[in-house]
Amino acid sequence: MTPALPDSVDATLDLLAGGDYVAERSLATALYLALSLGRPLFLEGEAGVGKTEIAKVLAATLGRRLVRLQCYEGLDVASAVYEWNYPRQMLEIRLAEAAGAADRTSVARDIFSDAFLIRRPLLQALQSDEAGAPVLLIDELDRTDEPFEAYLLEVLSDFQITIPELGTIRAAEPPIVVITSNRTREIHDALKRRCFYHWVDYPTAEREKRIIAVKAPGVSEALSGQIVGFIQRLREVDLFKSPGVAETLDWAQALMTLNRLELDPATINDTLGTILKYQDDIEKIAGSEAGRLLAEVKSELSARAAVGDD
Amino acid sequence: MIDGAGPSGRPEDAGDRLAPNIMQFCRLLRAAGLAIGPGQTLAALEAVRTVGLGSRADLYWTLHAALITRHDQRELFDQAFHIFWRDPDILKRAMNLLMPQLQAADGAEPQPINRRIADALAPERRPGQGENPDDKPPEVEVDASLTFSDKELLQARDFEQMSAEEIARAKRIIAAMRLPVHDMPTRRFLPDPTGPRIDPRRTLRRSLRGGGAIDLARRRRETRPPALVVLCDISGSMSQYSRMLLHFLHAVSTDRDRVHSFLFGTRLTNITRQLRDKDVDVALAKIGTAVTDWSGGTRIGACLDAFNRRWSRRVLGQGAVVLIITDGLERDDTGLLDTAMDRLHRSCRRLIWLNPLLRFDGYAPRSGGARAMIRHVDEFRAAHNLDSLADLAAALDSRFHPAVNDMRRWRRLVA
Repeated sequence: MTPALPDSVDATLDLLAGGDYVAERSLATALYLALSLGRPLFLEGEAGVGKTEIAKVLAATLGRRLVRLQCYEGLDVASAVYEWNYPRQMLEIRLAEAAGAADRTSVARDIFSDAFLIRRPLLQALQSDEAGAPVLLIDELDRTDEPFEAYLLEVLSDFQITIPELGTIRAAEPPIVVITSNRTREIHDALKRRCFYHWVDYPTAEREKRIIAVKAPGVSEALSGQIVGFIQRLREVDLFKSPGVAETLDWAQALMTLNRLELDPATINDTLGTILKYQDDIEKIAGSEAGRLLAEVKSELSARAAVGDD
Repeated sequence: MIDGAGPSGRPEDAGDRLAPNIMQFCRLLRAAGLAIGPGQTLAALEAVRTVGLGSRADLYWTLHAALITRHDQRELFDQAFHIFWRDPDILKRAMNLLMPQLQAADGAEPQPINRRIADALAPERRPGQGENPDDKPPEVEVDASLTFSDKELLQARDFEQMSAEEIARAKRIIAAMRLPVHDMPTRRFLPDPTGPRIDPRRTLRRSLRGGGAIDLARRRRETRPPALVVLCDISGSMSQYSRMLLHFLHAVSTDRDRVHSFLFGTRLTNITRQLRDKDVDVALAKIGTAVTDWSGGTRIGACLDAFNRRWSRRVLGQGAVVLIITDGLERDDTGLLDTAMDRLHRSCRRLIWLNPLLRFDGYAPRSGGARAMIRHVDEFRAAHNLDSLADLAAALDSRFHPAVNDMRRWRRLVA
């Protein structure tokens, strides 16, 4: 028996929490709507805020198969939907000739049959198994181009695909669709309107601490407070690329591996490469700026601790 | 929180009041400039019925998920939500009061065309002085002997009142123009009898038809023009060209897809959306109100830096070619310009600089800005005469300038 779909926003929050995903209520609302009304969930946000993770957690907690379509420029039907297995078809024709089969129509029927069809992600997503319809993750849709987007619009509205040689394949049960975009290009409104839209933002300090507690359980309370404080301040600085949640977790893991119990300027300078990915940004923060931010974080944390003691 | 009773547990009359309220809210958003159709209104109603009216936060995020399609609509939605759901009657009573406030929140809101700003769009007869004394200010060349008569007419006339025939001619010029960039191969294929690759699918289908020896079908890679990003200087020293450049941008935007246009003087403005209007006069009027730094000073470095931060990841993604049209007269310190150009150069496929100052014989990039820029461009194009679209197109056309593109000579001049 596979888990049923959640029946309220709270149940959706619990479901995500069960998959170690610390979600905000706004995200749970959008997800609950997408699940119960059977429309795609469109997630946009900066890189590394956990968009792809949502689909993975969803598949794991609901016990569904995850079908992932990674988009890139020039993605076409042959690699996204289906392809015929040409070498096998050739072989089949030769075998039929060798066996002396003269009936051309029967050969045609044979080689354009299900056995010679290679199913790519979109076609796979139309097939349910005993657990139910799969979760279809269309990752980084902004990387593909407009023609494919238009094709996708058609597939996502009817959940059916027409193969000229075989006929129309229709999904018995529409898949759960999650689309992500990093906004390297604006996705057309027509597609977004068929979806429930959610902007995945950087987490608040309190939520980010909970994420560290769930995802990197070995990190001490004090260290995680400092990490989160520092990262949150870093996001206020004018950087080319602010660190996402993925970077926070990487950093926490790195500091744990180095057996650091507390942040100090030297450690920050040594490990800055795990949270900042552009040389300009590293140059800007490394050294005195890092020390200043850290001093601010520490004084704020101790002030808060003093209030907590009273 | 959610009451758990679900939509069926509520009395009927609550549902009856819900639908008109949602509809009014959608109308408010639409009046404020969001593109919300009846389909989305229905979707919003269905969504609210699904989630239930348990709490204000849930209602907020439910409507947000159903009605918003872009992150930048969030602020407008936020204001509208808080105003409307505190007092749904506000639409009737205070429409006039409310709307200017909402429009101010949404920067892209099309507003009635302000006469003064429309006037500001007109080209200045007197070109502004170059900021750097090393450079000569651009001169207006009246060179009637070498131009055709119909061209002169086009120049003499106000550009905003081009006739349909002239617009058609401008479109033809743009369509015939070959930018100095090659079409990029895509990963898709087109049937082509002389193509280099075998098309297995069509070959197999054909073989079933014919029998005997297999007749090979062929294909080749499809190519398409790369995305084009145009950064255009509209500061004082460029003001005599700015309207012609806008016409150029409009013609290019309507001719091909994936064109992003930005204007800069002291600040950077994205005018891609405004240029999408098919009517060139309407598009120009919208740009006139959207851009606030016409014919002022130049801060190329700061504007390019802003472009790198805000836009480069969003518009340079798919192998874009960047065309930067400026005279390179920088008012600020050129250190920032140097780093900004360096980053821009490394994040695009090809960087082309079109400089109207280059029409003077013996022009050398002596000003600090020009020296900083020329190190980072792939191509440096002259614009001998930037008074008409045909001249601009010719300046950019790869077929006419085999010799100009001698970057080694330009870099030597700078060194």
